[in-house]
Amino acid sequence: MKKQLVYSRFNRFWHWMQSVLIIFLGLTGFEIHGSLSFFGFDQAVTLHNTAAYIFLVLIGLAIFWHFTTGEWRQYLPTRQHLRAQIEYYLTGIFRNAPHPTRKTAISKLNPLQKLVYLALKILVIPIMVVSGLLFMYYRYPQSSSIQSLNIDGLEAIAILHTAGAFFLVSFIIAHLYLITTGHTPTANLKAMITGYEVLEDEHSK
Amino acid sequence: MKRFLIPSLALAIFVLYFISTITKQDIVPSQIEELKSEYGEKIRPSVDHSKFSQLKKSFSKPQEVTAACIDCHNERHTEVMNSSHWNWEREEYIEGRGVRYIGKKNILNNFCIGINTNEQSCNKCHIGYGWEDKSFDFANANNVDCLACHDNSDTYVKKSSGAGMPDPSVNLTTVAQKVGKPTKSNCGTCHFFGGGGNNVKHGDLEKALFDTHREIDVHMASDGGNLECVDCHTAERHQMLGKVYSLSSMNRNRSTCEQCHGATPHTNEVINEHGVKVACQTCHIPEYAKVNATKMAWDWSTAGKMKEGKPYEEKDSLGNITYASIKGTFIWKQNVQPEYVWFNGTASHYLTGDTISSETPIQMNTLHGSYDDPDAKIIPVKVHRAVQPYDPVTKFVVQPKTFANREGEGGYWKDFDWNSSIQHGMEYVGLPYSGHYSFVKTEMYWPINHMVSPKTKAVACKECHTSNNSRVGNLRDFYMPGRDYNATVEFMGIGAIVMSLLGVGVHAVVRVASKKQSMKNHI
Repeated sequence: MKKQLVYSRFNRFWHWMQSVLIIFLGLTGFEIHGSLSFFGFDQAVTLHNTAAYIFLVLIGLAIFWHFTTGEWRQYLPTRQHLRAQIEYYLTGIFRNAPHPTRKTAISKLNPLQKLVYLALKILVIPIMVVSGLLFMYYRYPQSSSIQSLNIDGLEAIAILHTAGAFFLVSFIIAHLYLITTGHTPTANLKAMITGYEVLEDEHSK
Repeated sequence: MKRFLIPSLALAIFVLYFISTITKQDIVPSQIEELKSEYGEKIRPSVDHSKFSQLKKSFSKPQEVTAACIDCHNERHTEVMNSSHWNWEREEYIEGRGVRYIGKKNILNNFCIGINTNEQSCNKCHIGYGWEDKSFDFANANNVDCLACHDNSDTYVKKSSGAGMPDPSVNLTTVAQKVGKPTKSNCGTCHFFGGGGNNVKHGDLEKALFDTHREIDVHMASDGGNLECVDCHTAERHQMLGKVYSLSSMNRNRSTCEQCHGATPHTNEVINEHGVKVACQTCHIPEYAKVNATKMAWDWSTAGKMKEGKPYEEKDSLGNITYASIKGTFIWKQNVQPEYVWFNGTASHYLTGDTISSETPIQMNTLHGSYDDPDAKIIPVKVHRAVQPYDPVTKFVVQPKTFANREGEGGYWKDFDWNSSIQHGMEYVGLPYSGHYSFVKTEMYWPINHMVSPKTKAVACKECHTSNNSRVGNLRDFYMPGRDYNATVEFMGIGAIVMSLLGVGVHAVVRVASKKQSMKNHI
């Protein structure tokens, strides 16, 4: 057992910025949706749009980071141990069974995480970004404008954006709970804050 | 140290941007300042009419004044005689009806109903002298009343029920020597009192605007823009800009906010974007009839009740007539929140002689437009609802003769006999009357354009973007954030959140319980 750097400085910055932004976008977004009342509608719109731009910058940085460091490989889905991982969460965890996969700096995600995070990266976040940008930049049909830029109505965009938001709320709930399933309930949290985590030694296996 | 550099830098940028967005002002101040200085300068007339010898005499008839005017302004009368102020009709193309000549001359409304047979009373507000029946000579230039609009002495008044003639008390020489550009008082004398009393018709045009403050109307207020009507309703060759859609049909010659403020007056682009689908008035006129009440409903069917054999009136605590034997029952309202409709600038009308369908209320005018219409915007309107006489056999909304000088002439206000009143009216307009009358519900739409509030009072986002009593809750042909949602997505979404919470909760409980168990076993 030894303490290892699992999450690099940028990795942590990206994670926490992302979490703050998503929660903030959620709060302001659901205020625009009419579910909450906090900032006031007009402020909520301004803040939501501002946060969205910051999020876009962050996404840009994150994409760069993923490719330059090769971190993107962490998210390649695998069926190996997938069933075992699901079974662990459903039963093993109650029997105090060992984690079916080993967390290392090179492979820090379990198969279920790989799958869910990949879905976030290539499906949910892109849907939110695209529908969000359309939300901001759509043009009502105007007689003199370029037809292809016109969008007849917001309904489809808004429904997609709302559905994505509901998914992300559910994700956050599950995520916040599942991070307590490390070696100790706070091990994962501490790791994401400090970057270091005590991992099983490769030789101890 | 380095470890905190990037996050703190990013945080600083975020905070700065955040502050810059919330401290931005909503209006480009320079544009408003420019407009204020442009319209702050009041025009000084280049001539003093009191020095003209032609006007230094006593006039026995108002037509002589007109002749004196034309003597110098020798073609102006032709412009006036081409205007709707003179003709009380315009050439209009109405969708599905073709070209029609319509105006006060021939259109029925749901207030005093119509001018025909009632000219002597209604046409007090005509800019002519003596239009008391169909024989009025519209080609006689001397009948043009220049003074109604150009009197600057504030002493010119038209005689009640005098078919447009001046009141005998008016000193025509005084008035003729003090003419100039029309002021609020010229326009307001008629336009504030349409329908037979202050603020009866429009709701946003009333006598309080003669001298008002910013809270009521930023443009006309003496402590605001202090604008005259003609500053916006400019005229080219006596053709005024602007018209009201109770009588007009076409999208032309409109007086708009944009003519001064442009199409994108806000610094906030989200708000500018609203301008594609939402008229300025919708947000900037949160309510109308801000000083005195306006008539919201008129029930002619209750007219004719007598007290001790005599017609009477009842008033509410504010002095508004709530019942009059000659007219029926009224509902008045003050500080009214407008209703909202799509409007593309075109309208159609109930035209005299149209047969009504069984669909009620009868729409005396219909403002066209929908979300899908690229020319349509949401506008605020006053809807005046009435119950008025119609012929159940011919299916015509009828023109009754209401006004009469004496009993026995058929005027309802003297004889209280609908049959004879309708008989006279319909004969006059050349339409048959079956001898049977009944009453039908009607609606009339009045776009609200005046009584613009200070920007701090503009309608807030949340007054429309809410599912709870949205101002535009009746306009359902589009999706609006904050107001609309998809029931399925909402159900599934909330369901997913609940299921996540439940799943996590149950899992946690079982986990904690099993942990305790295993610890016990350990011991």
